[in-house]
Amino acid sequence: MSRDMMSAFELYQPDTVDGAVDLLGRFGAEGWALAGGNDSFDWFKDRVKRPKYVVDLGGIAALKGIRESADGGVEIGALTSLTEVEQSSVIQGRYKLLADAARRVASPQIRNSGTIGGNVCQDARCWYYRYGVDCYRAGGNTCYADTPEGQNREHCLWGADRCVAVSPSDTAPALVALDATMVIVGPGGQREVKAEEFFIGPNIDIERMTVLEAGEVLTAIRLPAEWSGARFYFEKVADRNTWDFPLVNIAAAMKVSGAAGSETVDAIRIVAGAVQCVPRRLTVVEEVVRGQAKTAETASLAGQSAVRGATPLNFNHFKIPLLQNLVTRAIRDA
Amino acid sequence: MADNTNGRGHPEPRFDQFVSKATSRRQFIKGVIFSGAAATGAGYLLTLGGCSGGSGSASGVERLLTLNVNGQTRPVDVLPNETLAMTLRYKLGLTGTKLGCDRGECGACTVLIDGVASYSCSTLTHAVRGRPIMTIEGLEGPNGELHKVQQAMIDELGPQCGFCTPGQIMSAVALLEANPTPTRDEVRHALSGNLCRCGAYDHYLNAVMLAATGERVSQA
Repeated sequence: MSRDMMSAFELYQPDTVDGAVDLLGRFGAEGWALAGGNDSFDWFKDRVKRPKYVVDLGGIAALKGIRESADGGVEIGALTSLTEVEQSSVIQGRYKLLADAARRVASPQIRNSGTIGGNVCQDARCWYYRYGVDCYRAGGNTCYADTPEGQNREHCLWGADRCVAVSPSDTAPALVALDATMVIVGPGGQREVKAEEFFIGPNIDIERMTVLEAGEVLTAIRLPAEWSGARFYFEKVADRNTWDFPLVNIAAAMKVSGAAGSETVDAIRIVAGAVQCVPRRLTVVEEVVRGQAKTAETASLAGQSAVRGATPLNFNHFKIPLLQNLVTRAIRDA
Repeated sequence: MADNTNGRGHPEPRFDQFVSKATSRRQFIKGVIFSGAAATGAGYLLTLGGCSGGSGSASGVERLLTLNVNGQTRPVDVLPNETLAMTLRYKLGLTGTKLGCDRGECGACTVLIDGVASYSCSTLTHAVRGRPIMTIEGLEGPNGELHKVQQAMIDELGPQCGFCTPGQIMSAVALLEANPTPTRDEVRHALSGNLCRCGAYDHYLNAVMLAATGERVSQA
């Protein structure tokens, strides 16, 4: 069967955010907001999603670029490419965690066209769901991944609620660790949501992964001054070094005091991706580590505490020691 | 064509009707592209034609765009849902750009947009109006001489089957524009978005290093 052409749609290319919001509001469920297209076109070509109206956000200049803001933070336009994020001197200098995460996304060409907004708004990568079956996330009443034969080595350790898909993003854990704020514009005006609350699990809404309502557009991501220049650690483990989604990734931001070799952790935010439907903030690890000496023992204890309560599926037990080791490394090497 | 459809509405390709044994596949495809009458018989073009039809609503309407391809101004009628790879190959006849996976997973369709390596299968043609596009065909010099990366590919026997080579070359050209003196690891990173199913990766790295440094790496 030939599936190499997308089904027909009408294409709109607005110049302004207001224009895009107006169009998306008019089209409702038949509309689709398009950023870099790397997620969208897969859906279209597989004919799983067939929007009648596609609103291309790529021509909106106001959504692009990286700006230092008056309060000492940085604002990244949602349509800024992952390559620009990775290579920005401001991001590399002050929020290296995000540059490191962006560098590990997919392949160079995908980072060139893929946007940071698209990377955090991309849909679940569960292959059953992507195949177009009538699973819970697609509005049906079955999960094909969480069955005795279901292939679920990529799926979740926490937060299963009918659906067992995970957050596929590499930049999302970094943004939660940096305590970023997401700026959203919709028909009702602008609102701001903490990155930690931006992502939602199947217990809140099984058919979407973020708080974005139909007709809303993520316009910018703000990084607060608080974590500028902190100690960072990012590591992604995947089956392949390029193109692949994470099996587990870890992003940590840490502030330490004291002389080298006898440092104390004063503050920390640490987040794991691909273990839950949302980037999982490891608050237990933060409690264990905060105020403690930054030693191998602390790191080991942190690793053990990270995996408490993990509920593996049939084929993803390996993620438990993987996450434990990544957390241990993050605390030890940050 | 009702007598030779395959039951799903797509006419079966009848290459034998159009192509003699003396005609190469490449010549054949180019011939078909430039001859409107024969076009309906080509399997390659049918996927495109089949999609533009459909409902007959406004959504299937082609619009005349002006593209800047390899330094030339090319007016072309483009569907809203048409990818740049489709436009380049099947409307502009630039078949050097290959379509492998059509999902942004192989890199065979890599072209330069504003000098940046991009998957043309994952780019809407409407989104690149007025932006300079460079394909493998645009690399040759004014007198037909090869680009130094192309020449190095020959000198180092870079390709095996050659299908991924245009994409590999475009990625390498983008790298050398931004960084004329890359390390081998930087080349590996820059080519990491291009799959080679023959596994000729090391030969490609040798070739790009030769293009960058002028010195051969291999012992050939």
